[in-house]
Amino acid sequence: MAANAYPPTAPPGQPAWAAALDTRNSAWWQDLVMRVVVMAGGISAILFIVAIFGFIASQGIEFIVHRLDLGALLTGVRWEPTVEPPSYGALPLIAGTAFITLVAMAIAVPLAFGAAVYVGEFARGKQREWLKIGIELLAAIPSVVWGVIGLHVMKPVIQDLFGVQVGLNVLNAGIILGLMAAPIMATIAEDALKAVPDTYREAAESLGATKWQVVWKVVLPHARPGLSAAVLLGIGRAFGETIAVLMASGHRLMIPESIFDSAATLTATIAAELGEAAVGGDHYQVLFVLGMLLFVITFAINLTADWIVRGRRRQA
Amino acid sequence: MTGANPFAPTSLEGRSLASQGVAKAGFLVITLLLLIPALGIVGVLLVEGWPGMTLSFLLEKPRENGAAGGIATALVGTIWLTAVALVVALPVGVAAAIYLSEYARDNWLTRTINVAIVNLAGVPSIVHALFGVGAFVHFLQFGKSILAASCTLAVMTLPVVIVATRESLQAVPKAFREATWNLGATRWQTIWRIVLPNSGSGILTGLILVVCRAVGETAPIMFTGAVFFRQLFPNGVFDKTMALSLHLFNVSTQVTNVPRHVPFAVALTLILVVLSMNALAIWFRMRLRGRKKW
Repeated sequence: MAANAYPPTAPPGQPAWAAALDTRNSAWWQDLVMRVVVMAGGISAILFIVAIFGFIASQGIEFIVHRLDLGALLTGVRWEPTVEPPSYGALPLIAGTAFITLVAMAIAVPLAFGAAVYVGEFARGKQREWLKIGIELLAAIPSVVWGVIGLHVMKPVIQDLFGVQVGLNVLNAGIILGLMAAPIMATIAEDALKAVPDTYREAAESLGATKWQVVWKVVLPHARPGLSAAVLLGIGRAFGETIAVLMASGHRLMIPESIFDSAATLTATIAAELGEAAVGGDHYQVLFVLGMLLFVITFAINLTADWIVRGRRRQA
Repeated sequence: MTGANPFAPTSLEGRSLASQGVAKAGFLVITLLLLIPALGIVGVLLVEGWPGMTLSFLLEKPRENGAAGGIATALVGTIWLTAVALVVALPVGVAAAIYLSEYARDNWLTRTINVAIVNLAGVPSIVHALFGVGAFVHFLQFGKSILAASCTLAVMTLPVVIVATRESLQAVPKAFREATWNLGATRWQTIWRIVLPNSGSGILTGLILVVCRAVGETAPIMFTGAVFFRQLFPNGVFDKTMALSLHLFNVSTQVTNVPRHVPFAVALTLILVVLSMNALAIWFRMRLRGRKKW
């Protein structure tokens, strides 16, 4: 009996009108199946994020349980995994990451916010479209290409400009990371500016405020949560970048003392050493522990940024 | 002689205009400071890399660890990696986007999925690499292979597909759906016959953006399937392969005696692929915006 035969016949033991009410034809079943399939696709995003943490933890779990001294890992100043006895002090990597991220933000924040204000408040029409496309293309440049720029272009420039011996240093990596993070920050910041109601601008302008006053005293303060989310996501970006920073920072496993010192970051150290570490060995497991650290920090950053943006939207 | 121009700006208006001009010019300068490096990079790569960009460079296999010869195996390897990553990421990502756009209500599950997507996009690429090593190379026993590397890339690019596709689905007016529901169509019939065809190049845009990401990424593939040097073309998804991005990293940092133009030529190839794909995505989007008026 076809599922959608007409007129419907009653199954045994049921009144005739029950079959007429039952609209579960093949299209209904197909809808059910597809609903489950696409829902599985949606849930897979949750599964992946859980799996990422799970698998990274599982690779380092033996070390964490038996030999991890968190204090020594976070405050030790010697990262010498291949020396006998090995020393896993990640402070140089943490310091390098923090220093380079700081320099990157010092460059990215003014550039990104300036560009966001220009594109969002001043530019009009075609010019606006072109600038947005330019920012989008800047964001598309692969990280390894940025690394080549740091290595072959920025290095001699920094050496000549500042008269320093080492061209691959915190400054070089900071500039590269700043330029890499700025387009994304600019896009998010512009969204934040766009979310400020036009009535606010009109009210300020009708009171005789100049464009500059409108931007500085009305739009920027109102967009502050969105702008802080942009900074947070920029930090997350700079912090998690791997290949470009490995190529531009000089990768020296010591605490950098000036902007012209070479430095190493957590990400770059994993990338540089994972290939040589024996699978399952202490060194290998410590690298996964660093990975967990990176995951937890970026997770916190992203969650906070998301919370700021979402909370704001609900308020509006 | 006439009297003073009655329409001349007052001193307050004059100052206001001047300040607006100064502010505008200042912000334009900042914006250009951000964009000039982009043009500069393309310019430098063109100048330094163009001498190396010959047909034989693209078509010959590399020799002496990449110091001589061309980039053919790396190019083919990148195509393999990207294609397999697409095959894995696209169905999952489009399904997730359809769920979020068409089925999901505003409940805790949807919010959790959205948080997961945001975080998936924010996880550092090297952490994705560690995940790939743990999950695909060791746990699922793909070994170091195209399959493992592509799965890693797929997980990494999943948020890109989901966000791009969801946006294009949500651009289809609600009235289209209501009309078909009123005719008795199921949700799925509505999605398949009405929403997807009318979402235009949305999925295509997502696809292009995945290609851009997958082509450029280095960290996720360097421990999961891409190798330093290999003269053979890959012969299936369980082979190891060279890749353009990792090859660029190697000829810039690992191999000695590389002629100066080689890394620039490889970088130029990479960036030409990425930028042209991006330009294509932008063009699709603009054409869509220009054509659809509802």
